[in-house]
This record gives sequence, C-alpha cells and structure tokens, in this order.
Amino acid sequence: MTDSIVVENVSKRFTKQYHRTLKQVSVAMMRRQQVTNTFLALDDVSFRVQQGEAIGLMGLNGSGKSTLLKVVQGVMAPDAGSVRTRGRIAGLIATGAGFHPQLTGRENIYLNAAILGMSEAETNRKFDAITAFADIDDFLDSPVGYYSSGMYARLGFAIAIHVDADIFLADEALSVGDKPFKVKCMKKLQEIKDSGVTIFYVSHAAGSVRKICDRVLVLEKGVLGFDGEVEAGIKYVKYDDESEGTDEELGSEI
Amino acid sequence: MTDLLEPQRPRDAASRAAALADVPLVSPAPTGGIRGILQHRYLLKLLVKREVTARYTGSFLGMLWSYITPLTQFLMYIFIFTLLMGRGGNIEHFAIHVFASIMVVGLFTETVAAGTRSIVRNSALLQKSAMPREMFPFASLLVSIYHLWPEFVILGIALFFTGWAPDLTALVAGVLGYGIIMVFALALAVALSVSQVFLRDTGNIVAVVNNFIRFGVPMMYPYSIVAERFRGHTDLYLANPIADAVLLVQRCFWVPTTSDQKATIAESMPDHLFTRGFVALAGAFVLLVIAQRIFNRFENKMPERL
Ligand SMILES: Nc1ncnc2c1ncn2[C@@H]1O[C@H](COP(=O)(O)OP(=O)(O)OP(=O)(O)O)[C@@H](O)[C@H]1O
Ligand SMILES: [Mg+2]
Repeated sequence: MTDSIVVENVSKRFTKQYHRTLKQVSVAMMRRQQVTNTFLALDDVSFRVQQGEAIGLMGLNGSGKSTLLKVVQGVMAPDAGSVRTRGRIAGLIATGAGFHPQLTGRENIYLNAAILGMSEAETNRKFDAITAFADIDDFLDSPVGYYSSGMYARLGFAIAIHVDADIFLADEALSVGDKPFKVKCMKKLQEIKDSGVTIFYVSHAAGSVRKICDRVLVLEKGVLGFDGEVEAGIKYVKYDDESEGTDEELGSEI
Repeated sequence: MTDLLEPQRPRDAASRAAALADVPLVSPAPTGGIRGILQHRYLLKLLVKREVTARYTGSFLGMLWSYITPLTQFLMYIFIFTLLMGRGGNIEHFAIHVFASIMVVGLFTETVAAGTRSIVRNSALLQKSAMPREMFPFASLLVSIYHLWPEFVILGIALFFTGWAPDLTALVAGVLGYGIIMVFALALAVALSVSQVFLRDTGNIVAVVNNFIRFGVPMMYPYSIVAERFRGHTDLYLANPIADAVLLVQRCFWVPTTSDQKATIAESMPDHLFTRGFVALAGAFVLLVIAQRIFNRFENKMPERL
C-alpha cells in the first residue's frame, strides 16, 4: 500500500488577538502588561494515512480538527513539521463558503469547480450530475444569495463530491442538510470510499463515523490523543454511551 | 489544473492505487508566482469575469453604464475647460489632454485600491482550496484594464474628430506609458494586498495617497506650468513614475491632435521623456520582483488572519 497523507511533527501556533487598536496597545504598554497572546492549536501531531483509508477525526470544539484539515489541504502552512500528500485533494471545509451571492447557481458551480481544480471541460461534463445531486434545478439561474442555507450546503457538497480527487476532506459537511439529503450523501461517501479515495472526515456524530471510517484520530487541545480502532476511538471521546440516543433525537446521525 | 488530455480517472481501489504508484508525495502548499498563475489561467478568467459581471448585475442598462459614465465625464471636461475656464483658449484640445490622462491614472488608482483589498475580500475563496494567492491582486489589474475599453471607445471617437494621426514615436510612447502603469500598479497591489491582511488601515492609507496622486501628475494642468514654476528643479517632479507615464500617454494621444506638434512638445513635454520612461519601467519591474518576495515571505501567515 502507498502512503496518501504523511504528517510529521506538525505544530501550528495561533495568536488570540491580532488586530489591536492604537488605544489597546498604548494602555497595555502603560501598564507594562506582558500577557502571552499565542497558543498551539496543533502540537507536534504525527500520523500516516494509507491510500484508500477512511479516517474519522474527532475531538471537542476547539481541539484543532478544522485547523488540521486546512494544513493537510495546503490552505494553511504549519509553523513546524511537514505535511506531504499524494494525488489530487478535494475539500469541503466550511460548507458553501466561497459562493458569490450575486452570481447565479450556474455561475457559482463553474467558479467553485475551478477553485477545486476542475477544468472547464470537466465541469461541463459533470454539470448535470452536480445539479441532479444538489437537486436545485429550479433555482439554477437565481442568485445564490437567495438560496436557503440547506440549498447552499447541498450545492457545495455536490460540487466537492464530483471532483475526481484522490483525497477527500470533509469538515462537518452535512450539518445543515435535511434527512434525505444526508442519506444520499452517506451513500455517495461510501461510493467514493469504495473507489479507493482516501477520506478524512471530521464529525461529532458517532453514528456516521462508525458507518464510514476504518480508523479514528482524536485531537485534544491540539495534541493527538488517540489513533486507532473506530469503536475504541469513539469510546475515547466519550461519545459512545449517550451518542445513539441523542444522535437520533437531534437528527444528527451524520 | 492544466491537464489538457484528461486521463481516465480510476473507478476502483486497485486501479487508483496503480495510477498513484508513480505520483510523488509532495507538499500540498500551492505553487505561487507567475508559474502558479499560469497554471490557473481558467480560474483567473472566471475570477475576472465574476468581477466584471458583478459590477452591473441588477441594473437595467447593465454594461451600457460603462459607456454612459465616461461619456458624460468627457462632455463635462469640454464644458468646464473649454467654455467655463477658457483654458482651451491657449491649450488646444485640453479636454483630450485631461481625459487621456485621467484614464491612465484611473487604471493605476483603481488597480492599487482594488488590489489592496483583493485578498481580504476573497478570503472565503482563499480558504477553500490551495491556490496561488497572487492571483487576486493580478485579477484586480485585469479587471481594471477590462473596464478601460469603454473609455477607449469614447476617446477614440474624440480622436477621430480631431484628426489624430500618430507617428511611430507617439505609439511607442503610449505603449511605454501604459506599460509603466501596469507593472507599477501590479507591484504595489501585490505588496499592499499582504499588508492589508495584517493591517487593515492599509486600504485607508491607499485612498489618501491616491488622492494626492491626482494632483501630483500633470493631468488637470499642463506640464508647461510645472516647467515654468519649477524652472531647473523639475527632476523631483519627474522622478514620479506616474508623472512620466501620464506624459508619455499625452505624447501618444494629445500631442498628435495639436496643430503644431513641435511647438507642443517643446512647451508641454519634458526633456529626455523616453529615457525617463524606460528607467521608470525598469524600476517598476524591480519593484515587482521585490513585491513578489514580500508576498512569499508573508503569505504563510496570511490564511489565519483572514
Ligand atoms: N485563524 C485563527 N486565528 C486564531 N485562532 C484560531 C484560528 N482558527 C482557529 N483558531 C483557534 O484554534 C483552536 C482550534 O480551532 P479549530 O477550528 O481547529 O477547532 P475544531 O476542532 O475544528 O472545533 P469545532 O469542533 O468547533 O469545529 C480554537 O481555539 C480556535 O479558536
Ligand atoms: Mg471545526
């Protein structure tokens, strides 16, 4: 088997407050405050992913999951350590972000597909499949600004999923879709997995992680706390006991 | 990407693994610089198209506005300079002098202003995928150039009626003048777009400086006034590459419309105009290389500040 993602000793340091005003800076200087303003969002994280593996990335809010995904995608550069990937990456990080509200659904499909690395010919070829999957045919020529947040998310997901990628990154991609759409997406994710694509899937829903993933990584305040079996990982984040019931109740099994 | 011959993508795990066997493990970070932009020509085209169409969406007359606005502007100059202030009395076709200069200065100020904000404004796109981020200030330049065409049409009509017959020197001057402005504006847009990410005041500073530029170049007044007032000390004024570019553009469009070109050049053009122009162009290219270096130096820290 070949390595698909190799992450070695990656750290990312963030600043808590970037844009301080002249007033804040001068007050702080007068009081001679020396508060530390930075923290490690990723702290010496290392792991390897094989081609075709499906990884579930779990952890509490603010533990650094989205940050790790952005580093793997190449959108953010790590401060220390290295990330290497093999093949084409498609990401669904922050659903629907990057749509231009004044442009129509059609124009946004072309723009977003291009951003994800598709050529014009490729987009033309897949256009019907994308709109069929998003199921927004009637609204293709209205500005995306008038879409409901669910439609927004569906369109984003439909585009990302039609990129012929070797690595697929999804960050809480399905949190606003309705139930039928979620079921459809799970089926599609399974299909993608079966075609040998590496999947990196961030989710708080134990149910969907169980369904798709072969391995779980857990981040705790930027440190990789667990790397191994799906069940053990879900137990590790303590989503196991109450998860089934609440997942069902909250309708967030995905 | 740039795969012209699109390979058949694998449908099952085994063929994908086989296809990936000789693909190297590489950093997912985007290739920047000119190479990165050239690899993403199609995306660049879409970005420019988006900006161009977004400007007039929802308006009934649409693109027609891009002709109406400069036309009324031009008629206003004729009215003010020829009829009201009587400046047209001693300077031939002063409205063309003003309009041609305003076009090239506008290209500069618009590119720098839009380019400065380009990265911050497109933060949502930037965070979606790894792409060369220099693309955004570069797209700002292309959008500003695109918006120049309607003004060229208006100028062309005016030139037709004044019997514009340029010689080769005039044409070279025009190309050189526009070249200086484009390279110089792109350099500033690239450098300032990073600056805007870290210090949001940059855009405000740019707006103030742009206001000064309008008076620091011989646009609303002829160069002959400068030559007269600062006799012997014009080098400082002409050290401004934008002033050189404006004069070169006037040499191209305005000078050939005057009845005695030799006299116009003697009175309203500085000495060594072309030498100054080529020096300015070289300087602009050096600045562009420096701007690219600055951009590379800071772009890794950029995504988290958006
Ligand atoms: N651009 C940024 N600048 C500064 N701090 C940031 C930035 N992005 C994220 N952080 C901080 O880094 C930490 C990790 O954030 P991240 O978004 O990776 O968490 P997460 O695990 O995805 O959480 P969630 O489950 O809520 O999505 C948080 O404390 C967050 O405030
Ligand atoms: Mg997150």
